[in-house]
Amino acid sequence: MRDYIIKRLLLLIPTMLGITIITFVIIQLAPGNPVERKLQLDQGIQAEAITQQIVEETKKLYGLDKPIYERYLIWVKQIFTLDFGRSYKDHRPVIDKIAERIPITLALNLISIFFIYLISIPIGVWSAVKHGSPAERASTFVLFILYSIPSFWMAMILIFFLGGGEYWNIFPVYGILSPGAENYPLFKKALDFLWHIVLPVFCLTYGSLAYLSRFQKGSLLEVLREDFVRTAEAKGLPKSKVILKHALRNALIPIITILAGILPAMIGGSVIIESIFSIPGIGQLGFESVLSRDYPVIMAIATISAFLTLIGILISDLVYVFIDPRISFEAKK
Amino acid sequence: MNEQQKLTKKDSAGSGSVGYWGSVWKKFKGDRLALTAFILIFTLFGIAVFQNFLAGNKPIILKYEGEYYFPVLFRYNQFFGTDFKELDKNLPAGDFAVFPPVRYSPTENDLLSVLEPPSKEHLFGTDDRGRDVLSRMIHGARISLSIGFVAVGIAAVIGILMGGMAGYYGGAVDFFISRLFEVMMTFPVFFLILTILAFRDPSIYNIMIVLGATGWTGIARLIRGEFLKLRKFGYVEAAVALGGTDMRVMMKHMLPNSLAPVLVDATFGVAGAILVESALSFLGFGVPPPDPSWGDVLSQSQHYVDFAWWLVLFPGAAIFLTITSFNLVGEGFRNSIDPKFRG
Repeated sequence: MRDYIIKRLLLLIPTMLGITIITFVIIQLAPGNPVERKLQLDQGIQAEAITQQIVEETKKLYGLDKPIYERYLIWVKQIFTLDFGRSYKDHRPVIDKIAERIPITLALNLISIFFIYLISIPIGVWSAVKHGSPAERASTFVLFILYSIPSFWMAMILIFFLGGGEYWNIFPVYGILSPGAENYPLFKKALDFLWHIVLPVFCLTYGSLAYLSRFQKGSLLEVLREDFVRTAEAKGLPKSKVILKHALRNALIPIITILAGILPAMIGGSVIIESIFSIPGIGQLGFESVLSRDYPVIMAIATISAFLTLIGILISDLVYVFIDPRISFEAKK
Repeated sequence: MNEQQKLTKKDSAGSGSVGYWGSVWKKFKGDRLALTAFILIFTLFGIAVFQNFLAGNKPIILKYEGEYYFPVLFRYNQFFGTDFKELDKNLPAGDFAVFPPVRYSPTENDLLSVLEPPSKEHLFGTDDRGRDVLSRMIHGARISLSIGFVAVGIAAVIGILMGGMAGYYGGAVDFFISRLFEVMMTFPVFFLILTILAFRDPSIYNIMIVLGATGWTGIARLIRGEFLKLRKFGYVEAAVALGGTDMRVMMKHMLPNSLAPVLVDATFGVAGAILVESALSFLGFGVPPPDPSWGDVLSQSQHYVDFAWWLVLFPGAAIFLTITSFNLVGEGFRNSIDPKFRG
């Protein structure tokens, strides 16, 4: 066990190295150079008009006068002190910009994950029990259809019908708070926030239901074939107790550990959904930074989310080993 | 070697059995939903191939002053600057012009009919430059399909090479490639694609390359697993012992035996690539204007969402139906190759 953990931790090093190298290389692909981009943003002057001296000064300021490998090393060193430099756009430290946006994206995604699990686990259990029945096949098909609906299309349909066009005006479709909501009392403010995130959370949720409920169904079906379930049935336990108490416990393990794997997809989904609904989260920040070629912010978002996912995968692997004694990674080797 | 190959080929063909792919197809045909989806994709291919016969402002056949012309097919440039609509009105007796069913080109602006709802003139309405939405969608099919297939093709080549090497050689090669899998898995790929496209020119080719270069890990992992297993099989050891080069053993002997799951994965991959392309176009990073793309038509609806339902409904439905069809075909395909499901 200890050997396995140590091995896993050591394996993090090359992967982290890979993450930083890829991010760094992609930014170097950018046409023109960041200095000109930066100066254009600063003063709105054309690249031709920049005197050589200003270019050199700015290059020095951002360390661009050094060879590429040296810049990479400097950048990596900065990352480990959580210093991602300053945004080209407003000169604020990147880490501050990200830190103030994380709570919103986190809230959206956590609520969405909560609903995904709340809905998919019962559906998965139900489909495993009713495996092959017409009702089960119909529900699987419906979930499959939902899975295939692009989230941005769903968002536009919802905005069109529920967001105050020619039809109903039920949900706000812009931002996370009504104008002037800063002065609301706390309860009313919370309600206003929840009202605003109904549609975005729905768009982030519905597509994952098929995947997770199918996963749950598969893992429960597998457990239901095991001897201990038959024993439980043989000793006369009611079916509901056999499934909920004996089988489900074991079938829940894989579905919980799968969480880390869907993190990157959720960040990708946030980019689209937050842009459509003008939600000031990480996704929107990322999209805006891409639009304005704000390199430090882009690099920070890519590396931070990759690291977080990596740590998430590591934790879920370790949890797997801890709670499921049957799995031994040493034995495999 | 050549003789031998011929012999084996004859053997399998002559025995009268349907063979592996034959039995897969038989099983697949039994799945009505998947078969319907397959026919839908086939139709979409037809639309993509014959787009100029279905929608465009050039006549398919034109008889003008006693001579026949085929402006869609031949001598395209001869007709630059010809206003066929005017011509059609003033054709002398005996001459005629046969137009495509949709008489608008996807890039033809008409500022007199901007944002018109569906009508007899424009079955799917017009967008904010007066372009015919149906025509744009017909021409968008080719772009979506070609991006889907080429991107997955690139991903499959990279995936087979990477996964093949990892599974075949093992050891340090496997270690290195497996770390690469892990890196790719942890990145928010959509954000990565967006970034790269923001820095490069957003052309169709760049989209294909970027989607291919970021989408290969699924196939690579499959191939790696299969190759790890196959490497120990007798026939592979025999091929190595006979002096086959690594590349030959991998591509000629091992790959055909692990191709089925790869094809399933690739089918889902096409759906994924089409989805990502339309999302990119929706965000303005996709196919550059004025080329038509479903995601681009849908993105226009963002500005007119309070009334222009036709800009929301039609392109979205096209994306949805295409993705669903590919997913259903992939699903049916998986069920037909999986021995667990075989009768």
